[in-house]
Amino acid sequence: MTVLAIVCFVPFLMMLVNATRSNEAILTGFTLVPGNALLENYQTMMDYVNVWTGFKNSLFISVLVTILTGYFSALTAYGFAFYTFKGKNFLFVFMLVMMMVPGQLGLIGFYELSKTLGILDTYIPLIVPAVASPFVVFFLRQYILTTLHPSLIEAARIDGASEFKIFHIVAIPIMMPAIATMSIFTFIGSWNNYIMPLVLIFSPEKYTLPVLMGFLKGSQVAQNLGSMYLGIAISVVPIMIAFLFLSKYIINSISAGAIKE
Amino acid sequence: MKNLNRYGYFFIAPFWLVFLVFSIYPVALTFYYSFTNYTGSGTAEVVGLANYTRLLTDSFFVQAFVNTLKIWGINFALQMGLALILAAIFSDMRLKMKGQSFFRAIFYLPNLITVSSVALLFGILLDWQHGSLNVVLMNLGLISDPINWLNEPATAQISVSLILTWMWFGHSFIVIMAGISGISTDYFEAALIDGANRWQTLVSITLPLLKPILLYIMITSLIGGLQLFDLPMLITDGIGSPDGSLNTMVLYLYNQAFKYNNYGYASAVAYGLFIITVIFSAIVFRSMYSSERKQARQV
Repeated sequence: MTVLAIVCFVPFLMMLVNATRSNEAILTGFTLVPGNALLENYQTMMDYVNVWTGFKNSLFISVLVTILTGYFSALTAYGFAFYTFKGKNFLFVFMLVMMMVPGQLGLIGFYELSKTLGILDTYIPLIVPAVASPFVVFFLRQYILTTLHPSLIEAARIDGASEFKIFHIVAIPIMMPAIATMSIFTFIGSWNNYIMPLVLIFSPEKYTLPVLMGFLKGSQVAQNLGSMYLGIAISVVPIMIAFLFLSKYIINSISAGAIKE
Repeated sequence: MKNLNRYGYFFIAPFWLVFLVFSIYPVALTFYYSFTNYTGSGTAEVVGLANYTRLLTDSFFVQAFVNTLKIWGINFALQMGLALILAAIFSDMRLKMKGQSFFRAIFYLPNLITVSSVALLFGILLDWQHGSLNVVLMNLGLISDPINWLNEPATAQISVSLILTWMWFGHSFIVIMAGISGISTDYFEAALIDGANRWQTLVSITLPLLKPILLYIMITSLIGGLQLFDLPMLITDGIGSPDGSLNTMVLYLYNQAFKYNNYGYASAVAYGLFIITVIFSAIVFRSMYSSERKQARQV
């Protein structure tokens, strides 16, 4: 058990140690004693690639995606759960079927569409589609059907609240735990998304972190192993720190997402 | 009350607007392109089924398909084996393991890191001349010459499989543990009283009751595995070498579309991938269900 935990951690450890050592030191051998070339490595890396820019871009996109997904999925789930209208069942089943379709299927069409709309090399095609997330809608609908009793809605109607006010004041607070759970998923998914920004973004200053990391490999920095390790460490350590505080919630959300059958 | 139901349309309208434009239309457009010789510029000329007949005889695509299955298969077997062993240890009533949340967090950590960082990290750790792994192994005297991990088809595929295992076994472990916590402890207590050993408890109680969860893990892992892209792309600089052993189906799709501008053919590759995914998912479903039926008859 402990061995496995160590195996999980060793690559990170090697990364952290090597990030502080000079290129020559790394070439001659491996120790667990940190070196003193951290600043030097940082200088070398920053001369070529600003990892922090990628960090900022990724954060910007992921936060917006998470907010859009949370709000609009709740809206859609509420619409599906508490109103009866023509075509409702068809639309719902159609949405579930589309949920099974892998993302790559529409990749080329998506690229062409973005080209036609003139939104290539912008964040719009990375952010706006978050409004339509079938899986989150499905999950939230199941959740709200069991937690929100229709009598609550009727009580609010009798009190004279408008339909959208009921949604914002009654439904959203009740859905919050489920929205939070799904938000963790959405955020991680958006943060780790590689193929979409790779295809859609061309300007280096707009690269997201995953794309920037790929760019790092092909650049001059790759010659200096210490700087390489440092670049990777910068992309990884903030996530590790965030995870330290949030691990309980993240793991619970995975468990909640899994037991849906 | 009835007149309020029209609000349902307002609530779902933004979703459907975006869904139609950004999800359904691209999928339909790709379908159309798969019957054309579109190159990304100019007009698309309809060529009928030519792209699909080419796909069936394309040795590169077949190789990519086999590679993807191999890499996923090795990874899945290892990952599930590890996750199940860990789950059995942690759920064992006799052992009463402590620190479950700590270990869960550590095991899950690799899954949270951006794949491109993981690819880069292992790319230099496994580097032939300067990689720390070879340096460590040589210092320990286990090998005399550096091994070129990512330059031999066999070791390259195994390396990628192992990296995937490293990334994903923690996730499977957490999901399996969630499934086990949903099983009533009465079963385990009864087994304990009846004197069942650990192996018997695992095989006769835990695994059968976990079937829906295991099916879930298998399907999601298979679908994800068939779409393997980031890791091979980044480790091989998009080439899929050595000898095409790390060329996966999505990497092939990506290169056909955005490197060689064969949009029409790449669209056919996308639909080929989709059909393969559907077939495999159906096989997994069927095999799980038919074995359930057999068991029912035995009882």
